[in-house]
Formats: sequence, structure tokens, C-alpha cells
Amino acid sequence: MVATFEPKTDYKVVGTRPIRHDGYDKVTGRAIYGADVKLPGLIWAVCVRSPHAHANIKSIDTSAAEAHEGVFAVITGADMPKAESKLVDLGEGNINFKWASNKLMADKKVLYRGHPVAAIAAIDRYTAEEAARKVVVEYEVLPSVTNVVDALKDDAPIILPDMVGDDLGEDVTNTNMAAHVRHEFGDVAGAMASAAHTVEREYNMQMVHQGYIEPQNATATWDEEDRIKIWTSTQGAFPARTQIAGILQVDVSRVKVTPTEIGGGFGGKIPVYFEPLAAILSKKSQRPVKMVMERTAVFETTGPTPGARMIVKLGADANGKLTAATADIWFEAGANPGAFIGPAAMCIYAPYEIPNTRIDGWDVLVNKPKVAPYRAPGSPQVAFAMESAVNELCENAGWDPLNFRIDNASKEGTRRGDGVLFSKIGMQEVLEATKESAHWNAPIGDAPEGKVRGRGIASGYWFNIGLKSSANLAVNSDGTVQLTEGSTDIGGSRTSMAMHVAEVLGIGAHDVRPTVGDTESIGYTDVTGGSRTTYATGYACWIAANNLVDVLKERVAVLWDINKDDVEFNDGSFSSKAEAQKTIGFKELAGKLDDLGGPANSTGSVDLESAGDGFGMHIADIEIDLATGKSDIIRYTAVQDVGTAIHPAYVEGQLQGGSAQGIGWALNEEYYMQDDGKMANSSFLDYRMPTTLDLPLIETVLVEVPNPLHPYGVRGVGETPICPPIPAIANAINDAIGKRLYNTPMNAGSILKALK
Amino acid sequence: MHPFAYVAPSTVAEAVAELSKHGDRARPLAGGTDLLVKARANVWELDAVVDIKNIPELMTLTINGSGLSIGAGVPCYQVYDNSEIAAQYPGIVDGASIIGGIQIQSRAGLGGNLCNAAPSGDGIPSLIALSAVAKIASVNGTREVAIENFCTGPSRTVLKAGELLVSIEVPKPAANSGAAYTRFIPRNEMDIAVAGVGVFVQLDASGKNFESARIALASVGPTLILASAAGDSLAGKPVNDETIAAASALARDAATPITDMRGTIEQRKQLVEVLTGRMINKAVERARG
Amino acid sequence: MTTNSPSKVHVTTTINGQQHELLVPGYMSLLDTLRELIGLTGTKEGCLDGNCGACTVNIDGRIVDSCLVLGAEVNGKEVSTIEGMATPEGLHPLQQAFLEEAALQCGICTPGFLVAAKGLLDNEPSPTEGRIRHWLAGNLCRCTGYDKIVRAVQKASD
Repeated sequence: MVATFEPKTDYKVVGTRPIRHDGYDKVTGRAIYGADVKLPGLIWAVCVRSPHAHANIKSIDTSAAEAHEGVFAVITGADMPKAESKLVDLGEGNINFKWASNKLMADKKVLYRGHPVAAIAAIDRYTAEEAARKVVVEYEVLPSVTNVVDALKDDAPIILPDMVGDDLGEDVTNTNMAAHVRHEFGDVAGAMASAAHTVEREYNMQMVHQGYIEPQNATATWDEEDRIKIWTSTQGAFPARTQIAGILQVDVSRVKVTPTEIGGGFGGKIPVYFEPLAAILSKKSQRPVKMVMERTAVFETTGPTPGARMIVKLGADANGKLTAATADIWFEAGANPGAFIGPAAMCIYAPYEIPNTRIDGWDVLVNKPKVAPYRAPGSPQVAFAMESAVNELCENAGWDPLNFRIDNASKEGTRRGDGVLFSKIGMQEVLEATKESAHWNAPIGDAPEGKVRGRGIASGYWFNIGLKSSANLAVNSDGTVQLTEGSTDIGGSRTSMAMHVAEVLGIGAHDVRPTVGDTESIGYTDVTGGSRTTYATGYACWIAANNLVDVLKERVAVLWDINKDDVEFNDGSFSSKAEAQKTIGFKELAGKLDDLGGPANSTGSVDLESAGDGFGMHIADIEIDLATGKSDIIRYTAVQDVGTAIHPAYVEGQLQGGSAQGIGWALNEEYYMQDDGKMANSSFLDYRMPTTLDLPLIETVLVEVPNPLHPYGVRGVGETPICPPIPAIANAINDAIGKRLYNTPMNAGSILKALK
Repeated sequence: MHPFAYVAPSTVAEAVAELSKHGDRARPLAGGTDLLVKARANVWELDAVVDIKNIPELMTLTINGSGLSIGAGVPCYQVYDNSEIAAQYPGIVDGASIIGGIQIQSRAGLGGNLCNAAPSGDGIPSLIALSAVAKIASVNGTREVAIENFCTGPSRTVLKAGELLVSIEVPKPAANSGAAYTRFIPRNEMDIAVAGVGVFVQLDASGKNFESARIALASVGPTLILASAAGDSLAGKPVNDETIAAASALARDAATPITDMRGTIEQRKQLVEVLTGRMINKAVERARG
Repeated sequence: MTTNSPSKVHVTTTINGQQHELLVPGYMSLLDTLRELIGLTGTKEGCLDGNCGACTVNIDGRIVDSCLVLGAEVNGKEVSTIEGMATPEGLHPLQQAFLEEAALQCGICTPGFLVAAKGLLDNEPSPTEGRIRHWLAGNLCRCTGYDKIVRAVQKASD
């Protein structure tokens, strides 16, 4: 039985904007991020990487590197433990240790450019880099494939010859197709045949990267007791431990992961890269080993999100009701299976009620880095296709795209494309808020000479996840509370956790001092990802705080020599049911605990199945130079159902940041692949993420439809906002120039071409 | 990165002696914003870098009756923050103020931009359009090379091993002249030109006719291009949409771009035509004061 | 510090008002000099090619990317880093504004933004929004969409 909660509005702490607890360290440079970790005797390591996208390793000669002065240890694929093929759930995506191990260090074959083939630990980073140039690798270069169409051709080079693909339940061998899944409901063919209006289009998207500013890093020690200690910027210390132990083939209790501050992740810092390599090098060198990834390798070898080919067909009746939809989607997995076609199927039709739907999804290997989650993995891709198609349907039939969305909006009881029925959701409220927003009701204004303007809207969806979280509390004698929780803090979540506790205890947000625990100081907690952190870890904090109240009631009972059941707690104050004038505040009680039984501690943990779906709607105004194709986003608004905003400033920040990433994805970001399988633009210079000058102020409208599954009504907010920007911009471009773009990036060159 | 030594001579003679000692395994260090990136990527394997910023004549900006002298190590911000340069050489300021962001402009200069010889060097087209000359020193003495002949290919210049760029000499523009540079980039800053156009125009006293013009193109060939036919087509012609369009079309013809991650051949040619027209108009506006 | 290196350079420099004497390998970046030799890890590494601004420091009043400066080059110069921004009396107004405006999420770009923004306000106390955006274009942030960063700099302006 899932607990549900009635919405409240009379909060004291929830909904306020306290300064984040870790803020002082982060504005003064004191905060310790992964690369800042220092240990006595620390040495540095770097990888030797493949210059080829696909090649057999004929030989590796590390002797000159080993002889290089200052080198402590050299490893190759031969030093990697042989991990068994075993699938493990990491919360947002799965991991198979066999593939994961091979991804970190090639064995006999390199599968993508930049694939590590050796790693070298030396006295410092410069020495390690110099020694790395002395490793001699002989390759037999193989043909490579870098897109799904080529990868599925009959004569395509096979990337993983021992992989068995799953085609609707049938085993397939000698293929780059890792999986083919289907979801189908209703009479799709019949409904499509009788539709008054249809639209069918193909959409293609290039692979893009999360673009976190802090490169991957790890520091490791492996001692003589075979205990492995890891310091790393990770989105989840426990899932990192699971991966490290699995790849190194040791028990999880042998591995201690201390999560440092983390410089962005967006899903890309869920998988581990350097951690097992640094550990093996530490074992060999008997020194602590640190690795920090160079930016080119970050692009070439870590977590992009899938490039995609998608064909979407929609059918509607004469009254403007959607009757049928089909989607065929091919996602690039990179060099190992796992391309988020599951989430894509869950998300594609979610904003709409459509009685007859079919989705076919293919998970396809290519000679590119293995994809990693990136903010709503799979959803922005299908949102681009679906929301573009919806607008095109409306344009062809002469329907207003916002009213059409209102008429077809999903609601409680609507069935999602993968068969799940929605509980209480806020799609309709979001659409109404969009219609009432200042932006929607403001004219777009006249463009300067030679330019045109257009406005576009699109919706977006992420299902949000729950999963496992832990929190511990301890009362200090000065009336404050120590909070230890397991969610690494990427964007101010410590403070949201503290606010959950403070609200229960009736104390201030800053009376709770939050700490992110390591894997030996807090219980299991899943990743900071899936928009689960404030929801699930916040929930665990709420439980811990209520448990603490229970502990403290016992102490009050001792103090007053009454029964615990006769103690009440309201607004930070304990009172006696029998004698109303008998009260003691939380702070005063804290000072007396030494005489009432000693330390007062509590704990809370959750494992949540459901989370509460997140819907958003964005409005984009674009201005385009007709002579050059240059576009600028001149006004942007993100509307979203956020459940209850615990710390509204950081909720707004999630909406703004997701919008910014989506805008970058829409306009300029891409993996620009050369014929030889090399990413041509593997630097921040040429990858072209938005700068301050490329974005307007981003307006936010927080729609609060409390989530009944959380005590304060929280629903995840982080991922939904990256979904609408790409189609909203496609729709805005179409509004501006009367031409629709079906491929990303929708850069100046594409716009110029469309204008011809 | 191959470990290299750092030397910081205080005279040109010491600097060229140091450079000639190492041949192509030493490079002068000015802003370092290209050099250190290339050294780190092992594009260049160096035994020494020769920091030129302690050599007074390489760090001097001089503006007088005969023209402007820009020391090879003078960073961009000193160029665009100089009000006299801004008034008399706005085309140079156009280029100097868009190379990288503020941090880069604190270090990078036009001398380094020239010696790096990227086809996309934003600082170079205006120097070509303004008929500037590079002053070069070596152990054998000094020589001068017109800027349009300085870059010979991507990352290649006329500089021989042991030679050092001392300064860029820009002649004083005559009355009724104007210059302007712009580039097209996908973002609004921090980007490499997809195409760039620098224009210098000399008008007659009436301001209604072109006497002469020079047009230089960036990012549309293996090196910077002096589009002579485009510039020459304006000589003696009236300033109007027709003559400007004709020159822009000739500039387009002079472009020999490739398709790469930054743009396609067709896009770049169109950009050259559009930007040439815009920059001729801007240069004319400036010439008329 | 290292082996196989050409001779080290004797550097006397002032960092956050404190004089330091160092022996720096000729090829070592100022970023690594600060982080590895001196232990000032507030200056961050993001790209090592001058395109993210996370390593921004101030040398003699100008902001630079410390990954593209050699440690040897700061001989005789004054360097200030994020660690020198607050005083014993408290945070710099920009630091306070970043906290109050929630202008950071992950915080890795924050030291670079703060040092860069200080470089602006030291010389131009009342910049427009456009000027702030132009000045900060060399600093990438992937979390915030810049909205709250720009607002925080505006708040700390006169």
C-alpha cells in the first residue's frame, strides 16, 4: 500500500529560499571537488587512448614507458579482472560488468576513438603524459560505423561479435542490434486509416554531450588488506561502489567510496570511468593514484546521449482529437548496448491521450562512446519528433497548437504509450498556466530589417523515479541537528534535505547541518538522478525527522515523568496532553538530553516505487537573420508542474538550466563525426555550448500541483525542462520562416539551406 | 606535453639568438593562447619557449603621423582600449575585440594571431586591408613582409626558424578612408569564424565615389585571402547598392572554402557575399565620418 | 617535483597579497602552479584550452585563463585568485550576491565567474546587463542558464 498525503499550504520552511549550506565553501574556493583531493604520496595517472574508432590490437609494448624515469606502474587490458556478464540496475540505466569493464580498458579490440588501451601512473601528471607517448600500440584498423542506418546494414562491421541481440524476444547473433522492443495498444492500423488528418515525418538527431564543466576524475588507494578507497565526483557513491566492485570482482564491502563535491553530471557521472583503473594502478604502485580526464577524452569517451533516427505518424479526427500514433525509433547506444529506448517509449505520447498507439524501438551499437544518461535520457529526442509532428498536424489542419494540446491533454487515468496508467498529474494545469502566462499573451514585436521572428511552443515529460535513500539525524546540545544523507549534491539538494527536516522539527533551515555521507557512514542511497533526489531522499529525511520526534517524546516523558503517549509535538514544541501549560521547545530540550538518556539519533530510509510524473510547457521566441541564418532566442519561458517547490530558487534554476541545455542542443551542439570515426569538434570551442551571450533571461512559471505520494507534495523537476526546448525552437523557426527543420542541430547552416 | 624550458630575454638580439639555437624546437611566447594549446596537444614538440614580453620594443604601441606600430607581444585589450586607435583604425579594433573572450584578450595579441596563421584569424583581415607590414628580426638582421604574404597556409608563415616577429606596421589611413571587419559565428562570442571579411575603402573628397578598396577574407581558404578583384572593382565607382553588390559577388568568387564542422562551402560563400556588402557599407559610413 | 625536466625557473610572485618564492618547471601552467605547488585548489580545471573560464585568475588587474599562462610568467606580478576574494571581515559583495541569488548549482564554474565578475566591477561598477553578459562570455556554466548569475552580478553592482 503506497502512502498518500493531503496537500498543505501552511509551511514555515518549505517554500522559502535560505542560503545553501555548502554555499560559503563554494563561493570561496574551499569546496573539495574530485580533482582537489590530496593524499600523502599521491601520484598521477593518464590513459593511452586509441586513435582509431574500430581496430584490433595486434600488440602493445609498454617497456619504454615503464622505463621512463618517474613511472610507477603501467596497466593494459590484461590487468583488468575478467568480469562476468551480469546486468545490474543503477537506478537510471543498467550496467553489464562485462561490457563496462571493456569500456574502461580495451582488451583485444578498440570499439571507439579514445578507448583506453593502457594507463600509466607516474610522479606527476606531466611525467605520466610524457611516458604515455612511449607506449607503442600496433593496430589493425577495421571499418567503423557511426550512425544507426550504417550499423544495421547487412555488410556492417560487427562491433561486439559475442553480443546476442534481442529482437522482440528472439535471439539474434552477428548483429549490431542489441534490442528491438514494441509497445502496442488498440487498433492502430484501423484508427490511422480512418483518421481525417495525418502527418508522417522522419526526424534525425546527432549525438550530444552533457557538457559538465568538471572533467571525470578519481583518486584511489588499494591497500595490503585489499581494501579499496575511492574519492570521486559521482552522482551516487553507492552505485559507483556497485560498479567498481563489479568491475574489480571484489565484494562491495571492500570498496569505500567518498563522494567529493561534483562539478555537474546531468547523468554523465553515474557510470564510472577512472575509478577501477586508478585502483588497479594503486595496487601495483602501492601509492594513492589520481586521474583527471582531459576535455577531449571527456567528449570522445564519456556519456553522450544517443543520436537518433525517428519516424512518427499521427492521426486525428475532424474535430481535432488525436486518434492514433506510431513511432519507429532507432537510438545509438555507442559501443555497448543500452540506448534508453525504454524511457523513450514511456515519454513519447505522455502529454496526450491517444487511444491507439504503437512504438517500436531499436537499441543500436555504433563505434562511438557508450551513451550515458543525460537529463531525461531518451525523452528530448522523442519530444522533438512528437512535438514537431503535433504542430505540423495543427498547421495542416488549421488548429491552434495550444488549444489542440489542451483538448488532447493527458490526465488521471490516461494510458501512457508503454501501458502505464497515470495517477494525479498536472498536464492540464500546465497548459492553462501557459495560456495565462505573460509571455504567451505578449506580442512578439517587430523584427529589425532583414530579420524575422517566430514563436513556438512544445510540451515535455519525464516520469521521475523514486528508489532507495537513507538519512540519519543526531541532535546537538545547542538545539541544532546533524543530518547525514546519501545523495551527492549537484545543485543545492543538501539544503532541500535540511528543509525537510527543519519543517518537521519546527526549527530553521540553518539549524540543520547537512552532510553527504560516504558509503561507510550512511545507508544505501541511489543516484542523484532521475529527478528523484528531493523526492526520495527528502522523503527519507522526513521519516528520519519524524522518528527523531518519536525519540524525543520519550525523553520528554522522562523529563516530566509521564507516558510517552501523553506527549504531543507541534511547531517545534513538546507539550503534555494532560497539562497544556507544560511545554518545552526543541532547542531547550536539546540542551537537557545529557540528563535524559544521552544522544538522540534517528534514521530514515525509503524504497519508493512511484514518484509522480512531471510535465512542462515552454514558449520560445526566435529572431532569424534571413541573409546568414543566424538565430537568437529573444524571449523564453518555462512552465512546469513542480509539485511543491521546497526551495523555489533552486527549482527555478533547474528549469532554467534544463532550458539552456535544450536550447544548446537545438541550435548548435552535435558530435560532428569525420568519416574515420573521429569526433571533429571535441573541444568546448567547437562543441559550442551556449555562453552568457547566447541566452536571454529565462522566465519560469512554477505550477504547484502537490504530488500525493510525497509528504510535502514534491515531484521531481530536474529532467522535464530539457525536453520541450528542441521542438519549441523547431516550431518557432517554422513560425518565423515558414520552413520546418527535421534534423538537429538546427544551426545557421541548416536554416540558410531551408531558406533556399 | 613535451617538457620545455622557459627563457625570458630582454632584448631582440638575445631572443633571436635563443630561437636560432633551437631551430624549430623553440617558439616565441606572447599570449600563449595558441602556443600552449598546441604544445599540450603535442602539435608542437618544443624544447624551449622564448617569452618575448620582457622585450620593450615588442610590447610597445606607437601611434604617430606616419602610422601605427603594434609590438608583436601587445595584447588585444591594449589595442581596443586605446582611444586613438579606436578613432583612426576601427577596422583593427573590430578584429582585436572579438578574439576569444575577455580572459583571452588580456593575453592574446595581433602579433600572435598573425604568427599562429589560422585561416580564421580575426585580427588579420583588417591588417591586410590596411596594407600593413610585418617587421621581422633574426640573427642576420631585419626584413619586412606585407601582411597579405605573411601567412602561407594553415599554421604556416614566412618566418624561418630563428626569425622573430617584432612589430606590425600599419600606414596612416588617408582622409576619407574607412575600414571594418566582421565575422560570422554560430554563437555570439567565443567562436571561430565560419567566414570573416575585412574591408578598407578610400573615398574621394565628395564621399560619393570609391577611389580604392581592399577586401580580405578569413576562414574561406587555406589561408587569409586578399580578394583583389573585389576590392579593385570598386575603384572609381560610385558608392551605391549596385557597385557594392558587384564587389560582394566578386569576393564570393574569391573564396575557396571547404565543408567542415564549422560550415559548408555553399554557406561560407553566401556569408562572404553578405558580410562583404555589410562591411563595405560600414567602412563607407566610417569614411564619411 | 618532477623528473626529466629542463631547469626550473625561480619565480617571486605575490599571490593574494602574500609573497611566494617558487621553483617552477618551465612548462608548468599557472593553473598547476597554483593548484599543485601552492595548494590553492579553488581555481578549477575545466578544459585546458581557454574555452571555459573555470581557471580564471587576475594578474596585475587583468583576468586571464590560468591554464594558458605559465607559472614562470608571473615572476614579479600580482596574482589574485578566488581564495583572495573574501576578507576576514566577510564575503565580497559578489560572493554574497551569488549566495542570495542562488547563482550556483554545482559550483565548479563559480570561482571563475566570481574572479571574472570582480574584474569587471573593479573597473566598471555599474555595468548594463549586456555588458555583464559580454564580459562573462568566456566563462561557461552548464547548470544555471546564466540567468541567476547575471542577476547576482547586477545585484552586486552599484
